[in-house]
Amino acid sequence: MAEVSVRGVTKRFGEMTALDDVSLDFVNGGFFALLGPSGSGKTTLLRVIAGFLFPDAGEVRIAGQPVERVPVEKREIGMMFQSYALFPNLSVAENVGFGLRTRKVPRAEERRRVGEALELVQLEGLGERKPKALSGGQRQRVALARAIVTNPKVLLLDEPLSALDKSLRVDMQIELKRIQREVGITTIFVTHDQEEALTLADRIGILREGRLVQAGPPREVYNAPVDAFTARFLGEANILPDILPEGARVALPSGMRAAAVRPEALRLTAEQPEDTDNILPGRLVQRVFAGSMATCVVDVAGVTWKVIDRDRDLPQLSDDAAVWLSWDTADTLPIAPG
Amino acid sequence: MAGTLSAGDGRRAARLLAPAYLWLTLAVFLPLSAMLFFSFLTAAPFGDKPVEATLSNYRAFFETSTYALLLWKSIKLGLWVTGACILIGYPCALVLAKQIRGRAREALFLLVILPFWSNSLVRIFSWAIVLRGNGVLDRALDAVWPGDVRLALMFTPAAVVIGLVHSYLPYVILTSYLALQAIDDDIVEAARSLGARRLTILWRLVLPLSLPGLLAGAVLVFVPVVGSFMEPRILGGRFGTYYGTVIEDQFVAVFNWPLGAALSFILLAVVLLILGVSSPVLRRGMQ
Repeated sequence: MAEVSVRGVTKRFGEMTALDDVSLDFVNGGFFALLGPSGSGKTTLLRVIAGFLFPDAGEVRIAGQPVERVPVEKREIGMMFQSYALFPNLSVAENVGFGLRTRKVPRAEERRRVGEALELVQLEGLGERKPKALSGGQRQRVALARAIVTNPKVLLLDEPLSALDKSLRVDMQIELKRIQREVGITTIFVTHDQEEALTLADRIGILREGRLVQAGPPREVYNAPVDAFTARFLGEANILPDILPEGARVALPSGMRAAAVRPEALRLTAEQPEDTDNILPGRLVQRVFAGSMATCVVDVAGVTWKVIDRDRDLPQLSDDAAVWLSWDTADTLPIAPG
Repeated sequence: MAGTLSAGDGRRAARLLAPAYLWLTLAVFLPLSAMLFFSFLTAAPFGDKPVEATLSNYRAFFETSTYALLLWKSIKLGLWVTGACILIGYPCALVLAKQIRGRAREALFLLVILPFWSNSLVRIFSWAIVLRGNGVLDRALDAVWPGDVRLALMFTPAAVVIGLVHSYLPYVILTSYLALQAIDDDIVEAARSLGARRLTILWRLVLPLSLPGLLAGAVLVFVPVVGSFMEPRILGGRFGTYYGTVIEDQFVAVFNWPLGAALSFILLAVVLLILGVSSPVLRRGMQ
């Protein structure tokens, strides 16, 4: 268990700059999600922290020690791979005990710690099985047990849940969070699934084209995105156009130049609302009814807006009907133009 | 039920498999059965001499110790060549599969299979030029090494082993390469993240996971080498009498086909026996 600190890390592959002057702190015992679209550099950053890659410039510290030139074998990290990378020729117990064997832990202690780790991931009694004979969820638990049994300073997870189907993934999210709390290990995980990042992490960092765009607690990043990219990437956001259509009324807070509104903050009405500061006229293009809520696509002067609202006025409306969108000024998200 | 063929599928499979099995029957079993038949005759049934059935050809193997000793010599040769092919070929395949990428890999692959492209006689005589006393190898060593160098490898068992290793090395490299290629890079990285050194990874993961390919290559080398005759004859000189050359003599020089056939089938039986005895080990490796 340790804090991890990344300072000014740059990594190039030939002409391509995968990481561009990235600085980030990962607090001791925290659960940190690195989020970004593919090609954003999030996996490269994870591999730099793991020690599979050495940065071209910058500093990586684990527990205060500079490690940017220490190879992965000596870095005392635990890593879980997207493919789980279980050793197919070894049993579950041998897989979990692999890292203890390389560290020359006595056999009796190895047995005890493997047993404890399998208990932690709720796989007691499956130690003799080969990975082939396990389900996807069980393999994932074995990979997790193998990564944490050596008491690494930091646990790195590369898209840990993406190979599981949806229902199993939600179970594993809860499970992963429980285990991380129980062990108290500093955890950094890479994902492109924003929902997963918001559910699991207590801090998230958003990367784009090798740069760190924003980092902070999920709620803060969600409610105050620094730019349109973050606003759109973390949940959905409707960006206010520079030129407002006729009939619109928008009360931008002072000093704010560009703004976005989350779909769930919008109200959709057939009549022009009187009692609100922000209104936009539009045309209903499409609606998808989903129980108590409906998702609507509204055309606002040629720009598509997404609205998630209670199914209130909608039944009376026909497609192509003129509608009004309104929201409270408190829900206006300030963003840097981008 | 899944996994079983319906009657229609079975018929279609039979139609598709028929040419292959027909060819196998014609090309392998017919000539082999003819040879098996000859091996029980007193003479090849081509001349006017009366031909009788006999077991004397098989008895000949057991009447003197010469054949058994030569067979043992050939088996030892097979073990040496197979061992050398593994020691040279496996590291080669490892580097090709895990270290080299892109065009360099293609170029090296070409070099690996180059022996397959050249005529075997040409290949063996080329080795003769290199290995003979005052040949290419001796002169090259003379040029860089002070003092008089006389390796004179030609007409020694070492020359036979060198020639055979050169011929059969590609089998071990190719089969090992395919097995190594199938090992996910994530597995090696996971082992590294768990603190494993290169040797540990090789010994506990890479070697066991690629063993099926390595063993397949070893069998592909061992079986033909035990019966080989060309390399021993040309490169071995007076050391070059092996079980294979004796069989060749029966067919080509002495024209005693029945004895040659009988010796061949004894070789086949012994090789099958060796593979059969070692099959539990092989099968464990293949899993």
